Amino acid sequence: MSLVATTTLTPHQSAVRSTVALKALMAVTGLLMIGFLLMHMFGNSKMFLGEESFNHYAEWLKVEMLYPLLPKGWFIWIFRAVMAAAIVLHIYSALTLWRRAKLASPATYEAKRRLAQTYSARTMRWGGIILAGLLIFHLAQFTVHATLVAGPFTGSPYQMVLSEFKIWWMVALYALWMVTVCMHIRHGFWSAFATLGANTSPKAQVVLNACAWAVALLLYIGFMVMPVAVLFGWIG
Amino acid sequence: MNITLRVWRQANAASEGRMVTYQVQDVSEDMSFLEMLDLLNEDLTVKGEEPIAFDHDCREGICGMCGVVINGTAHGRGNSPVATTTCQLHMRSFSDGATIDVEPWRAGAFPVIKDLVVDRSAFDRIIQAGGYVSVNTGSAPDAHANAVGKLKADRAFDAATCIGCGACVAACPNHSGMLFTAAKITHLAMLPQGQPERHLRIKKMLATHDAEGFGGCTNIGECAAVCPKEIPFDTISQLNRDLIASLFKRDGK
Repeated sequence: MSLVATTTLTPHQSAVRSTVALKALMAVTGLLMIGFLLMHMFGNSKMFLGEESFNHYAEWLKVEMLYPLLPKGWFIWIFRAVMAAAIVLHIYSALTLWRRAKLASPATYEAKRRLAQTYSARTMRWGGIILAGLLIFHLAQFTVHATLVAGPFTGSPYQMVLSEFKIWWMVALYALWMVTVCMHIRHGFWSAFATLGANTSPKAQVVLNACAWAVALLLYIGFMVMPVAVLFGWIG
Repeated sequence: MNITLRVWRQANAASEGRMVTYQVQDVSEDMSFLEMLDLLNEDLTVKGEEPIAFDHDCREGICGMCGVVINGTAHGRGNSPVATTTCQLHMRSFSDGATIDVEPWRAGAFPVIKDLVVDRSAFDRIIQAGGYVSVNTGSAPDAHANAVGKLKADRAFDAATCIGCGACVAACPNHSGMLFTAAKITHLAMLPQGQPERHLRIKKMLATHDAEGFGGCTNIGECAAVCPKEIPFDTISQLNRDLIASLFKRDGK
């Protein structure tokens, strides 16, 4: 398949394959992931309620959620499949658009002065790669470890979280990772809504960007409170 | 004023280009940027050198013909709060003894023809794909036969002021032609005359935009920051909304 629309396609086929349709796919999958992060942040806060509460929440997520609408343990795998699909589609559209942008700019300027773009906007692509790499580390650390390795943490998600965040450099790495995630969300949240047509006026642009800042800051603070509390021994 | 110019010189589309340094003496601060280039070209002609090729026509900021990247910003607006075309930029915007970089629009869809002149006919093909209203041009319709609300009329007029200079593409990190395309989409989408072909228009114009080799929009905003006609950035969101809506309509609906 050719990278860009050709004249042999009908207008509708071109529209489905267009840069804007790809952007819309990236926007929807991105917002889905932001929704997930907000839920994840809520789940992390259960650490403050003690071992029993957190372990019960983890057990409920993995086994009981949506039971008896779904058989026990089904929800978590359906959810993982949806998130994996969202990540794959998000990365696919990003790489395709990145490639088109590369083809669109064969030469660079000797002098370049930026008037409007933010650091977050400029680093969406490489920042996305860095945060995806650290996501793999994160999943290996907590999900795969808990699922596949019958280590000393088996049976207690609470103890696993405690042992990981008692290590200072792990918290530092996590803090750095969350910076890349929240910067990505700072531009991504606004960009997703603009792509889906919500930027209807200069005022809407201000409001959407303010919301993007709010969500990014909320997620950063929300995700950092618990690891910092573990590190300084306020929990456990 | 005495100015040091670093100008992109390229003999033709096929040859390699490079930045060449020139000294321009006795520049009046009341000269426009193009008049300063005229001054340099007269000097070059007298010396028997090839003058610098650059596009220009009306020189009053309404035709969209001129446009070069000056010190890294399209049309040389820099920090100025006033939107401008290159022809309406005056030398008083620069200090005496300044070094000024002058480059052509750089985008795969805008190949350099010579020096600072680029081929912007990709824009024409986007308009040809659907940036019009197919009407029977008979006698003039009755005034007020098609009522247009004030807010929509204003929005259509704002979008319709695009002069197609290409600064949006030159400034965009993705070299996307989205602001240009969105200006025409918004202009016609706000008016009753544009409604019958609204969904087919966005599909055809965007297909041509993509096929011409422009990149996709990432909502960064460099385009609107350099636009001499201040086309609203939110027109792009209008285009996105229309495209997404058109995905749920069959061609011709």
